[in-house]
Amino acid sequence: MNPYSVLRGPEGFLPPAAALAGNILPETGQGHIEGQIVSEEEAIEEAARKFVSAKVPTIFPGPLVLWGWNEKAIRTAEAVERLSVAGGINIIPMPDYRPKYPKIDPEAEINPNHPNLTIWHNKIDVCMFVGVHCHYANLSLKIIRGGTACFTMAFCAHAGHEDANLTVRDILPEKIDRVTEIVKKLKLNSKKF
Amino acid sequence: MGGHESNGMPQIGSMNKKGQIITDPSELFFLSPRTQAFLTGSEVIKEAVKRASVDFSVAYPITPQSEASSLVGELYADGYVGDYMRGESEFAVMGQCAGGAFGGARVFTTTAGPGTLRAFENFPMWAGSRLPIEVVFTVRGVNSPLSIQPDTLEIAFMLETGMLLWHAEDAQDLFDFILKGYIVAEQPEVHLPIGVICDGFFVTHTKDMVLMTPENRVIPHYNPYASPVTCMDMESPPVRMMRDPFVMKSNYISYMTHASWQLEVRAAIERSRKHTIQLLDGLIEVENPDAEIMLISSGTAVSQSREAVRLFRDQGVKVGLVKIKTIRPFPAQEVREALKNAKHIFVPEFNVAGWMAKEIKSVIDRSERVVAGPHVAGGMTMPPEVIVEEIERSLALRGKKELIHG
Repeated sequence: MNPYSVLRGPEGFLPPAAALAGNILPETGQGHIEGQIVSEEEAIEEAARKFVSAKVPTIFPGPLVLWGWNEKAIRTAEAVERLSVAGGINIIPMPDYRPKYPKIDPEAEINPNHPNLTIWHNKIDVCMFVGVHCHYANLSLKIIRGGTACFTMAFCAHAGHEDANLTVRDILPEKIDRVTEIVKKLKLNSKKF
Repeated sequence: MGGHESNGMPQIGSMNKKGQIITDPSELFFLSPRTQAFLTGSEVIKEAVKRASVDFSVAYPITPQSEASSLVGELYADGYVGDYMRGESEFAVMGQCAGGAFGGARVFTTTAGPGTLRAFENFPMWAGSRLPIEVVFTVRGVNSPLSIQPDTLEIAFMLETGMLLWHAEDAQDLFDFILKGYIVAEQPEVHLPIGVICDGFFVTHTKDMVLMTPENRVIPHYNPYASPVTCMDMESPPVRMMRDPFVMKSNYISYMTHASWQLEVRAAIERSRKHTIQLLDGLIEVENPDAEIMLISSGTAVSQSREAVRLFRDQGVKVGLVKIKTIRPFPAQEVREALKNAKHIFVPEFNVAGWMAKEIKSVIDRSERVVAGPHVAGGMTMPPEVIVEEIERSLALRGKKELIHG
């Protein structure tokens, strides 16, 4: 059990890195929700629930998904688009990592050096990072947790992210499609009430 | 968290241009047959690099690493290292290493003592840029008056650079740490520079028996597509990050960005633990864990302590020993556990500052149990008898008239 709960912010002046608080990353086949290790399927289901219950759900695709530099990137981008359409989820890209001064256009993009500006401006309450290089994703996740109330989800091609509120590791387009599938089911069920 | 693929990367089982087979690291380290050789530490560095699929190495002479860096040059001449050059100074070397790593190469270099300090600005830059460069520090004296002799003071300067730091006790550690260091340092969630440290002369210039992995097998190539930061290319040259850095802006969020960046580097050190524990069979080794008197240190101070433990054993006194393999990450939990029953803790060190004793005091309870010593410096040896005398003298001062026998 990880010792530190990675909860929705705002956490304060400078939130700690969860790894420094003793949290470890999930192993293959696992994810984490708020720092606690769960099965991958459980994390995927919770991601779908968060999207469906959000007021302003948003996906932040990074350069590794935005640019069609290999076949997997293209298939992942297509899966992200399917999720966006199925869930009515906004897409705001993180096209690169340079600080955007003097002022970022928060409706057009998000930047890892001041991601809170985009969250605040658009009142985003649930977001998903996908295709962002790990270092910059972690930077963003810490700053968002520090200064906003947004629930962060990191879908990672590698080992996952302790600093997200939820993470799924070793992502493939099929795992994003699984989120889409659950989102569709949840939306269908909610219409019956 | 990007969707990288290893397109074009040489696959496990295929051969490199020298006919060496690219081998799964676990198979290479734990299953492949090992052959015994009697080598100096410098020769061991060459043999490890020969098996490390190194793309680029930069050399600059400084005692006691000059022989090792020149032997790496021989590897280049023989086609085992992709590219090799001499830098203009240690500062230049480390900058050139950064250039190679920014471009996606596996990089190796060596330095020592004043060379380490001359190059110093580059080490936190490497860590902040997440460059998994490997440098072997063959540590020696750094302060005036000039000394080329063994001394571990320079490690104290390296502690908060954001690098992984592993301290080899002997030539066998050195061989294994060089190869295993790349595997840990290049994990996507770690991806930090690593300093493999050995004590100058004591390890570099003495011969020792080493069990080596097969000469015709190498670890897999570095996969730059799994980096947590962008590789350098015309779309994302590092100058674009350096030219518009957030640190140049004076506002709260730019400060917080930098603070978060530093936290992320330290978080990456923490993430290296699980990989390191697996490859090094733990971050520490413990002998006689139930002894009331414990010796704890790293590097060749461990070898001397081992002899002191033997001398005490001959007297019928049980003394324990903790060998620290990794200084960063520091094995805080393991050290606490290993020392929990100790009444008297001694930290022999080859430096005048006693930095290892400070590290240990900072992570255990009842730190008054720690005696920071014995110390030697400037190239002095530390005979095991000196360690025995220090323990006996300190215990007498503490009012413990008789050592515990049996």
